[in-house]
Amino acid sequence: MARASTTSDAFNAIAEGARREVLEALADGEMAVNDLVARLGFTQPQVSKHLAVMRAVDLVTARADGRHRLYSLNAATLRDLYEWIKPFERLWNERLDRLDGVVAELAATHRQTSKGPS
Amino acid sequence: MNQSPGSRFGSAVVTLPSATQIQITRVFDAPAEIVFKAWTTPELVRRWWGSPENPLTVCDIDLRVGGNWRYAMVMGDAELGWHGTYQAIDAPLRLVSTEVFEGFPNGEAVNTLTLDEADGTTTLTVVVQHQTMANRDGHIDSGMEAGMQTTLDRLDILTVHKHAAAGCAIEGEPPCPT
Repeated sequence: MARASTTSDAFNAIAEGARREVLEALADGEMAVNDLVARLGFTQPQVSKHLAVMRAVDLVTARADGRHRLYSLNAATLRDLYEWIKPFERLWNERLDRLDGVVAELAATHRQTSKGPS
Repeated sequence: MNQSPGSRFGSAVVTLPSATQIQITRVFDAPAEIVFKAWTTPELVRRWWGSPENPLTVCDIDLRVGGNWRYAMVMGDAELGWHGTYQAIDAPLRLVSTEVFEGFPNGEAVNTLTLDEADGTTTLTVVVQHQTMANRDGHIDSGMEAGMQTTLDRLDILTVHKHAAAGCAIEGEPPCPT
């Protein structure tokens, strides 16, 4: 499934904390490498490497602006990521919400039992 | 201080820590011992692992290292089954087991359940370690298929349950009868 593996590549790209920080910074608007270096405290080669990885999976786009390149988020890819993981997350949310109900019931019984007869 | 019942509903978070892993995290307002019991006792697992529309028809748990487990449900006219073997048991903190979805028998994964208790709440973490990224992605995709089936099953009962499921806190709706 081509769509899924593309999405997955993007998901893996953002599994790393530093790349998430770059994405969060870009959420405020497009930036040049130097802006990101100043803001995040990473070295310029680090920032460039993260941007290259995220450009390769379409998480980030770049455009030329004079002598600089300005980077911005690709909202469509981020939305695809979310859409891809969402049904799986919903399945587990429903399952663990039911588990929560079972756990709450056991915990209530447990509290009563440990209090003993009054 | 514990949250009110149901206040953590919908709070499970799924992340993909690496190319071959899935991680699921959820907090419970109970000691680890109780969460572990609900996770490993067949008559309790039956109450939460399957949905009301697709309940478990099989729930076998032989909780010892080397012991096997098997869950199954019926969807349409097919049985969907999952099984595996317990590899490490450190109740109530950690449980490692293999898992095979029987529709895809070559895709064995290793599940590690961790229960981390602090101040009366327990953080449950499940890490699913697949052998390949393709298997991991297929596992995520299966959520879409199961989710679609569930959605179809629920369309007609949605209205009835919406109120209760949301804890009667739906904006613009009348308050709960008390």
